Amino acid sequence: MNESPFREFWKSCYKNGNFMVGSIMILSVIFIAIFANQIAPYSYTDIHESDILTAPCAQYIFGTDDMGRDLFSRIVFGTRITLEVAIIGAGLQLIVGVLVGLLCGYYGGAADRALTFVADLTWCIPGMIMALAVVTIIGSGLIKAIIAISIVAWAAYARMVRAKTMSIKNMAFIETGRSFGESDWSLMFRYILPNIVPILIVTVSMQLPGTILSTTTLSFLGVGSQPPSPDWGLMVAEGINFVEQGPWMAIFPGLALVYVVLGFNIMGEGLRDLLDPRMKSQ
Amino acid sequence: MKEAQIELTHVKKYFEITKGIIKQKKTYVKAVDDVTMTINKGEIVGLVGESGSGKTTLARVILNLTKPTGGTVIFDHVDLSKATKQEKKEFHTKVSVVFQDPASNLNPRETVQSSIMRPLVIHGVPKAEAREKAKETLDMVKMDQRYLNSYPHQLSGGQLQRIAIARALAMNPKIMILDEPTSALDVSVQAQILNLLLDLQEKFNLTYLVITHDLNVIRYISDKIAVMYLGRLVEFGPTEEVTQNPKHPYTQGLMAAAPILDPHLRGRKEYIMKGEPGSLVNLPEGCHFHPRCPFATDRCKTTAPGGYLLSDEHKVACHLCEQEAVGIDREVFPDSTK
Amino acid sequence: MNEELLRIDNLSVDYKVRDGFLSAVKNASFEIRKKEIFAIVGESGCGKSTIAHSILRLLPEHNEIIKGQIMFKGKDLNQATEKELEAVRGKQIGMIFQNPLDSLNPVYTTGKQVEEGILIDKIPREEAWNRVIEMYKDVKMPDAERRAKSYPHELSGGMRQRVMIAMMLARDPNLLIADEPTTALDVTIEAQILRLIKQLRDEYGTAVMLITHNFGLVAEIADYVAVMYAGMIVETGTVYDIFDHPMHPYSSLLMKALPRMTKKEGRLTTIDGSVPRLTSDKPGCRFANRCPFAKERCFNEDPDIRKISETHNVRCFLEKGVDVR
Repeated sequence: MNESPFREFWKSCYKNGNFMVGSIMILSVIFIAIFANQIAPYSYTDIHESDILTAPCAQYIFGTDDMGRDLFSRIVFGTRITLEVAIIGAGLQLIVGVLVGLLCGYYGGAADRALTFVADLTWCIPGMIMALAVVTIIGSGLIKAIIAISIVAWAAYARMVRAKTMSIKNMAFIETGRSFGESDWSLMFRYILPNIVPILIVTVSMQLPGTILSTTTLSFLGVGSQPPSPDWGLMVAEGINFVEQGPWMAIFPGLALVYVVLGFNIMGEGLRDLLDPRMKSQ
Repeated sequence: MKEAQIELTHVKKYFEITKGIIKQKKTYVKAVDDVTMTINKGEIVGLVGESGSGKTTLARVILNLTKPTGGTVIFDHVDLSKATKQEKKEFHTKVSVVFQDPASNLNPRETVQSSIMRPLVIHGVPKAEAREKAKETLDMVKMDQRYLNSYPHQLSGGQLQRIAIARALAMNPKIMILDEPTSALDVSVQAQILNLLLDLQEKFNLTYLVITHDLNVIRYISDKIAVMYLGRLVEFGPTEEVTQNPKHPYTQGLMAAAPILDPHLRGRKEYIMKGEPGSLVNLPEGCHFHPRCPFATDRCKTTAPGGYLLSDEHKVACHLCEQEAVGIDREVFPDSTK
Repeated sequence: MNEELLRIDNLSVDYKVRDGFLSAVKNASFEIRKKEIFAIVGESGCGKSTIAHSILRLLPEHNEIIKGQIMFKGKDLNQATEKELEAVRGKQIGMIFQNPLDSLNPVYTTGKQVEEGILIDKIPREEAWNRVIEMYKDVKMPDAERRAKSYPHELSGGMRQRVMIAMMLARDPNLLIADEPTTALDVTIEAQILRLIKQLRDEYGTAVMLITHNFGLVAEIADYVAVMYAGMIVETGTVYDIFDHPMHPYSSLLMKALPRMTKKEGRLTTIDGSVPRLTSDKPGCRFANRCPFAKERCFNEDPDIRKISETHNVRCFLEKGVDVR
């Protein structure tokens, strides 16, 4: 009877196949990232000069690249970069998007109209082009690429949070809170925000694949991670030059990327079903 | 002499809207238009009216959730528009509210206990004390303490409404504003909540303002009835007088439309009001009710009627009552010669 | 006048849920005669709407099991094919709901939608439109000609409900099922709609099955009443039987819970406890856990329907009934 929604939620998680499969995929990536030093047979910078462009074999299970580096080790270390992108990207977008969305939705007025306009504007310009433009201004590098992508992507969060805030702020419990003297700040962060969290979680898991792919694309184009970083995008870019001699160079990092993105997507699907209020009533 | 708890004088609340795209024209929605009334301590006042009559807006003005466009709200001899910060803070502890929808009255993400504790905590009550108070108020509304750690979605409509009442009581308020407190509930639960409200009112000598469209509920619970039509107060008086001998044609129509709850009374309704409630956007000149009123005269179409006093406590805004009136509400019309 | 139109015999509706079955309606029996206003009254979740919807097989879930007979003009609708039912829906049994906006198509004028129903009967367009205007006048729509050309959003709630009634009556059904038709309306409009339903019954001779939680409506226009509690019809009788001499403890207590007086005359009676979980296999009276008069037998056996008078039936073991008044 007195179970918290959280416990109830976990119970239904077990029953949701999508969520379970997706989170196992993501957890495996996190596991690999943490224990990369133990899992990877070599360092991602170790150069085996005698084994350049070796096809997958017992020693190098994913083969080696044009400089003789073990692809498997590089992909294993690459998980760290991918997760870094996911965490920093989602964090940046969330902080900005939630703040802007909450303030705009709660106060409305001219600031709201201005920010909505800015958010709309970011939707009119193709994201990649804008990100490239930002990178040319602020310079290249992984963190800068993430910032560029986040500048494009925060608007999705802001929109969602704003819309939700506007609908929740008219509910009776907000009025009641105000009637007994709650401050605006407390209404926003104590009353409204916790009620947005479930949908926010879904949005994050749906947005993350996009953020990862876009950042990877920037690395692929050479304005993201710089060599010798084991960034998967960069690895694919390097592999493209050797498609005929060593197709594994592009295939394996590509597959790794697909695995992570698919994991987030499947988990997102599952989360959406889990947090859908219509499913909850039963 | 009864002591006033809330005095409303010429309270107005207009909302501005712009019409037209090219030639923008500003018009006003007069949700509350010149309401003057006094709610005495320990009284239960019922506020009735059709949807769009402005009753909820009036409640929001009284709760200080929205600033009135004009007029004054005096609470316990303090003018809210001139209140100091300290006085405003105190006001928050003296007035509490329960809204209609049990499901949205409580924060879905907070437990019952923390919902009830919240108003106390903001006003500086130590947590341990607030926790005790939460238990105490739960007893007052006759709910078991095992619900303290429940979340709103685990409770029924009647239980949620009890908890909303418990939270409203936690601050030991002087007045409670109840906006359709039982409309979403079933008959048997409604009876429980109404009885509970009456018990609490007697026990703590509370003042209630009950807003509802259910005339049977109002007749049961209130001492006085205030009737609103399109933003204006059309009749205000003791329950028996207003229900049995309504003076304003609108009140008469409203009373006749009230469900009878006894088949033997069928056919007693000789008069069913025609038409639909007007819109607040295009208000008619004169008395707002004249387009629907079967007794409207030319005067009604041009001049809005004032508050005629039929007795000390019974006030009607209708020209038809001018002859009967023993006086005119001086607060409303200080210049009147009558 | 006493001709039977619809007879429901031992109707049970079970919903398949995750852990078994939920018995939404259990052994409901009643009959509606021609030109009668028959009200099914009960609190939320008592199964009154389920009965109404199962008559036309309109239950939304498709996980229900309907048992028993639904005899409409001598034919069992529960056994009818989907095609046969289609012929009954609208044509012979019309239905109106609480929120008419959901039932009206927002992109067509309301008049067009009423006309649609008339055109099914192969009537020339011009004649059909005249019928529409006529119908609008019949349902006391102010400014009928103009309103027929209005879109649903341009009408008020009361007017929309009038449109729905016109749409149903256009096909001249034998029975009109009205599911909480006035719940979303103001009291003054509610009174107008009730008066309209009553007038139309008198003019068209349409029987009305009124589903409501509001005893005010029942007292106002019903001829016969069935009181439902937790999926069971606990009492049926004329409106006077039910209001003057309720025999079932539930109806009696409910009558005392209605705010018919002022607080000076006393407090309302309340019914303690809550509705039990409706599992179908459990015998016993479903009101027993809240009934102040319950005996051991009430918890273990299903009470049968007892005839009190020609019109009055009650499902309770108590011989004399209880008049808590």
